[in-house]
Amino acid sequence: MTVALILVLVAIGSVVFHWLSPWWWTPIASNWHYIDQTLIITFWITGAAFVAVVGFMAWCVFRYRHRPGQTAHYEPENKKLELWLTVATALGVAAMLAPGLFVWSQFVTVPHDATEVEIVGQQWRWSYRLPGKDGRLGTSDVRLISGTNPLGLNPDDPAGQDDVVIDAEDLHLPIDRPVKVLLRSIDVLHDFYVPEFRSKMDMIPGSVTYFWFTPTRTGSFEALCAELCGIGHPMMRGRVVVQTEADYQAWLSGQRTFAQMAAQLAAR
Amino acid sequence: MGDVADAAGAAIPHPDSEEDDLYHPHSWLTKYVFSQDAKVIGVQYSLTAISIGMVALVLSWLMRLQLGFPGTFDFIDPPAYYQFITMHGMIMVVYLLTALFLGGFGNYLIPLMLGARDMVFPYVNMLSYWIYLLAVLVLVASFFAPGGPTGAGWTLYPPQAVLSGTPGQEWGIVLMLVSLALFIIGFTMGGLNYVVTVLQARTRGMTLMRMPLTIWGIFTATVMALLAFPALLVGAVMMLLDRLLGTSFFMPSLVEMGQQLRYGGGSPILFQHLFWFFGHPEVYIVALPAFGIVSDLIATHARRNIFGYRMMVWAIVAIGALSFVVWAHHMYVSGMHPYFGFFFATTTLIIAIPTALKLYNWLLTLWRGDIHLTVPMLFALGFIVTFVNGGLTGLFLGNVVVDVPLSDTMFVVAHFHMVMGVAPVMVIFGGLYHWYPKVTGRLLNETLGRIHFWVTFLGAYLIFFPMHYLGLLGVPRRYHDLGQTAFVPDSAHTLNAFISVVALTVGVAQLIFLFNLFWSLRHGRNAGGNPWNATTLEWQTPETPPGHGNWGAAQPVVYRWAYDYSVPGAERDFIPQNDPTAVGMTR
Ligand code: HEM
Ligand SMILES: [Cu+2]
Ligand SMILES: [Cu+2]
Repeated sequence: MTVALILVLVAIGSVVFHWLSPWWWTPIASNWHYIDQTLIITFWITGAAFVAVVGFMAWCVFRYRHRPGQTAHYEPENKKLELWLTVATALGVAAMLAPGLFVWSQFVTVPHDATEVEIVGQQWRWSYRLPGKDGRLGTSDVRLISGTNPLGLNPDDPAGQDDVVIDAEDLHLPIDRPVKVLLRSIDVLHDFYVPEFRSKMDMIPGSVTYFWFTPTRTGSFEALCAELCGIGHPMMRGRVVVQTEADYQAWLSGQRTFAQMAAQLAAR
Repeated sequence: MGDVADAAGAAIPHPDSEEDDLYHPHSWLTKYVFSQDAKVIGVQYSLTAISIGMVALVLSWLMRLQLGFPGTFDFIDPPAYYQFITMHGMIMVVYLLTALFLGGFGNYLIPLMLGARDMVFPYVNMLSYWIYLLAVLVLVASFFAPGGPTGAGWTLYPPQAVLSGTPGQEWGIVLMLVSLALFIIGFTMGGLNYVVTVLQARTRGMTLMRMPLTIWGIFTATVMALLAFPALLVGAVMMLLDRLLGTSFFMPSLVEMGQQLRYGGGSPILFQHLFWFFGHPEVYIVALPAFGIVSDLIATHARRNIFGYRMMVWAIVAIGALSFVVWAHHMYVSGMHPYFGFFFATTTLIIAIPTALKLYNWLLTLWRGDIHLTVPMLFALGFIVTFVNGGLTGLFLGNVVVDVPLSDTMFVVAHFHMVMGVAPVMVIFGGLYHWYPKVTGRLLNETLGRIHFWVTFLGAYLIFFPMHYLGLLGVPRRYHDLGQTAFVPDSAHTLNAFISVVALTVGVAQLIFLFNLFWSLRHGRNAGGNPWNATTLEWQTPETPPGHGNWGAAQPVVYRWAYDYSVPGAERDFIPQNDPTAVGMTR
């Protein structure tokens, strides 16, 4: 009796907690509403399943608890029931998987007009690089990294000369323009994570990974590292400022290109 | 144990075949220490696993103290915190759960439940335990090594695991990898033994489809482990070479703290594939024995045949097979080729179907049963709740695109603790309360057992259920200190403090259990041979605790499946497997 009651309370308590919880996702600031929607569908389906299972269990414990005269029913199997349950489960699973795969195909298909932006991770800070006027990022190599070339850009690549290098400052992005974020690490795994954007991806030394999104809200968003990268992992913070096109251009014109930076360093 | 197979290919010895003689110990030392008796080895495995598990438990208190009350405890600095996380995770998964289910329950139960006199290779079995103990000692040694144990996270991802930004770079990582390699060697010895014993040493009449589900779970998990652990072994050896000899299996060219290192050309993500090719099956290596054991607990204590036995067996086998093609769902945001996501999300959600079937069958076994709310039954119910909860959140993380925002947050921590931390531990406790009387001849104290159950079950639920919502909010995992983070409200810190207080309470409740284990050894109620009126063979031994060779003069003969509970027309509500009465499932 008590046991059944506690089980019911666990089920109801979980649902009540879900509705009352002040801890919920951060307000979205990107185009990935679909991810949020798939998540909500999943909450509904799994929530219903959880309540049904625990509720049924509680009822069984109450109804079939041992009492004098209670005997169990002997029934080794029931093919029809098992088949029916298999089919129902398969349908529930398909209802979650289908939207999931659909949204994933969008997630991995980068729009053609996306601007490329590079984010470089290292223990324990972020740097950024924007393509210059030519719209292309120059090549880079870890082995070229030195005191005067912190991101390892190829000095002989003309495409890289006008790249804008942002070190120890915030990344700015214009609103409503899709960005393809190219991720590079020069030491260990990291993961550039802005909860409001919903999308993220690990960066792996030795390769370039990517994800894309479109910022849909101006503001300043905190970036964290989401892949363990040593003792400084929680301190590896950054900031992304999403601005209107005009503000963004004003900010951009104040930034240095790779060529300017190299010249300044050489002059010292 | 007699000749191997008759003309029809059945592996069961012919009724007239003679028995081989067993090895007989001659001294106290060979009887209790260097014992070749699977029962003693099972107890040795269990006690060692529980002891090292206590270390992992204490580490979890320290981590919770730090997360709940950051800045209060100076000695938990970032290196220490990462070392605690790593050791806690690795010990819990490998050295506690795997060792306890397969080495502990496996050794004790396989020969007894199958009506065998012992494992097929008793000497190798003994070696298996001693190598396991050595692996544990090497692991413990890393706490005392210069620089301390590794803090690379239990996933040990390179390059970080072998670089200086991670604590334990000097000795910790080396000892960890060596310890894992030893564990795998020891396990392989035991594992081969379990497989051969199940296939070759079953007593007369014990067909495969009459084996209790406990054995099916342990057997399938062992086969999986034999296939999965080599991937980890290879990964560990290659990482050792990278660390000690400067090879570059997993190391690309990189710059560490402004310094060019001499590595180049390796692939960090290759290690992740190797690790999870082991790591995902590992989840089921822990889960399948739990599935099996809990099935038997439910059937016995609900006095009802397990519902859909054949379906249960096939589900175990199907899950075992499928779990080898889902590993990369741990790597959706690892930067692997994005098209893998389609494949692995699909396989991952498909595996939910046989898993759900098992769940239905547990529920349908309770339905129309005669449920005795004994302590093992309570733990079985606790298992169902936590397993369902954790299984359902798995559908979030398995569904690739939903995983993107949730991966590497506290949602993941909550999910895997629920499904592979708390749920299997529930089964372990249920199993210990259930079989302790066979091992010792006495029952564990029931009142203490109930207190232990309620605090552990409700406490664990209170710890891990709200934690999902911290993850949803965006709190990342493996953070020593959240510090000031714009999107994290103060209330989240309050929740963290609450979780920590509950975690400590649950921790203390485990001491009640330990006390009970020792106290009942002398003061527990006398159990008799079959206190739960169970059908399976281990309860039908002539002596309790069973003597060397288990069965006295003659091995039992099996006439039926393991679930003849409450058979209409039978005089009692259970018919043991070795009872030749004509009613019930004697086909
Ligand atoms: C009441 C008991 C337990 C408590 C309070 C607890 C607490 C914790 C905490 C605080 C973390 C670190 C979370 C983070 O910051 O990322 C952690 C990690 C972990 N725990 Fe537990 N835990 C418990 C039981 C278990 C059990 C039974 C298992 C067995 C599977 C387990 C497996 C792990 C693993 C694999 C990790 C991940 C380690 C890593 O990130 O490298 N824990 N646990
Ligand atoms: Cu990090
Ligand atoms: Cu997995």
